[in-house]
Amino acid sequence: MDKFTTHTGVGVPLKRSNVDTDQIIPAVYLKRVTRTGFEDGLFAAWRNDPEFVLNDPTYAGASVLVAGPDFGTGSSREHAVWALQNYGFKVVVSSRFADIFRGNSGKAGLLAAQVDEKVVQRLWDWLEDNPGGEITVDLESRTIRAGVGEGAVEDSFDIDDYTRWRLLEGLDDIGITLGHDDLITGFESARPAWKPVTA
Amino acid sequence: MGKTLSEKVWDEHVVRSAPGEPDLLYIDLHLLHEVTSPQAFDGLRLANRTVRRPDLTLATEDHNVPTLDWDKPIADPVSRTQVETLRKNAADFGVRLHPLGDVEQGIVHVVGPQLGLTQPGMTIVCGDSHTSTHGAFGAIAFGIGTSEVEHVLATQTLTQARPKTMAVTVNGSLPEGVTAKDLVLTLITHTGTGGGQGYIVEYRGQAIEELSMEGRMTVCNMSIEWGAKAGLIAPDQTTFDYIEGKPEAPKGADWDAAVAHWKTLRTDDDAVFDKEIELDASTMTPFVTWGTNPGQGAPLGANVPSPDDFDEPNDKVATEKALQYMGLEAGTPLREVKVDTVFVGSCTNGRIEDLRLAASILEGRTVAADTRLLVVPGSVRVRLQAEAEGLDKVFIAAGAEWRGAGCSMCLGMNPDQLAPGERSASTSNRNFEGRQGKGGRTHLVSVPVAAATAVRGTLSSPADLTPIGA
Repeated sequence: MDKFTTHTGVGVPLKRSNVDTDQIIPAVYLKRVTRTGFEDGLFAAWRNDPEFVLNDPTYAGASVLVAGPDFGTGSSREHAVWALQNYGFKVVVSSRFADIFRGNSGKAGLLAAQVDEKVVQRLWDWLEDNPGGEITVDLESRTIRAGVGEGAVEDSFDIDDYTRWRLLEGLDDIGITLGHDDLITGFESARPAWKPVTA
Repeated sequence: MGKTLSEKVWDEHVVRSAPGEPDLLYIDLHLLHEVTSPQAFDGLRLANRTVRRPDLTLATEDHNVPTLDWDKPIADPVSRTQVETLRKNAADFGVRLHPLGDVEQGIVHVVGPQLGLTQPGMTIVCGDSHTSTHGAFGAIAFGIGTSEVEHVLATQTLTQARPKTMAVTVNGSLPEGVTAKDLVLTLITHTGTGGGQGYIVEYRGQAIEELSMEGRMTVCNMSIEWGAKAGLIAPDQTTFDYIEGKPEAPKGADWDAAVAHWKTLRTDDDAVFDKEIELDASTMTPFVTWGTNPGQGAPLGANVPSPDDFDEPNDKVATEKALQYMGLEAGTPLREVKVDTVFVGSCTNGRIEDLRLAASILEGRTVAADTRLLVVPGSVRVRLQAEAEGLDKVFIAAGAEWRGAGCSMCLGMNPDQLAPGERSASTSNRNFEGRQGKGGRTHLVSVPVAAATAVRGTLSSPADLTPIGA
């Protein structure tokens, strides 16, 4: 996984709550056996609508998605994270993320930055005044910034310490865990014999 | 201070714990299916890693399989590749697989319990959010993403921050004709889709204890729909009776040792939950959703709500968008909403008890002229059992389609999909926009409501049906 320290990119407002993973990528797009190519399914139903924000050329090349609360609810499909990444997003900002989506983001290297609902509104307002404007997300200092001077937004975002550390270092989770192989083996030797096996 | 059930199960599985870090949790059972596993196996290959415990791993084909012509090659080449990839991965890495055509094939959350692999006190994960189903047995069970699937394959562990604990106590008894599905839909509308976020939830109280294992699975299945990490129920005699004699259940002295341990898996009297919710089952009624998330529901006897009924601006906007998508007018009685397709099945309501209940209502009745009823058993075993009991004949005589096992129209990944604008009453778990097919409109319902709706063609409960012979 690539290291994530800071990112600056075009912000796009997604003014909806409860953006579930079936909206992010419908099931019919989940048939690939690779981790790439899922951008075609991203927000597939909404992208048919010419008015949908991602169809606005102002936001071409957007990489910071600013969404309403309860983003990523529903299915565990990590394809939702890959679809966002494959499209070009590096950061999703919301006031509340579903647990599995947040976990998947951390594993795959997409930054899920949780902010107060008021900050989402301020970012939406700022993007309305500055369409195509860039937002900077600094993982080191856990801050999010948009613009300078009057109307600028600068606030902190939440991310758990462990995920932040892993993203900053670009660490391979499995490698870290295999470093505790002796503990796993020790645990296994003490498991009750009646626990079920599949083989 | 005592411990809650989930804390006991969690603590029994901690391999490593360090301040400021998530726990490293041992996984007793890892379930796989074709959609969320291929990239995980690829990751193993790239890093030259193996599956640490194939003997604690089980794969089945469910999400992307056809429910017609299942004995023939899958017609869609992309779907076929995905299924064949699972077969190759299972063979290459030594994982037991129940493929299409196998007698143990079916929805992964139906197969685990019916094999007896799902047992109290276990940790169970799968790359599917409805893994919470297995919590009905007193297990900690939750859905994971593909990166985590790879992690479990390689290490048989997961790094997990310890969730908070919540008790949902459901007092009293469910009235006649009101089911576990109505109970959980009522709960989700009460809490909203984010109400359980960050918690492992223990469902308890008289109404929960009175549920069958099938009913308990329905409740735990939908834990994720209100955002909970997992949902579980303390094992009791109902649990032990269900497991005993299943193919992979402990036998002889192992059974006695297992049951002795399972009996300790109860929340201590002096344990404290981080949060508690109480509900009264005796006031519950058949409950359906009108919107586009599982928290947008109402009693069947109510009317479609108006955005003005909500105080929060977000709820107002969400209601407005949902009514528009669903093609519903505020104030319309839900009983007058006309339904095109009824789907009985899924990991929520696709078990034998569900099919028996549906058949008992459909026996001697016929599906309404403009309505189609799809009955999809959760597993091949469920299908065979239903056929042995003659339920398939009841469904077919009523005018229903009797299909092969799989996830089917719950997520519309295989050909079983709604057409744009088509309206369903579905015993599944999600009414998201387009979930059952692009532009499809889903009302989540219980099995009795599904069966009665199929007969009348509008959202209905069995109480609305003309008595047979009357």
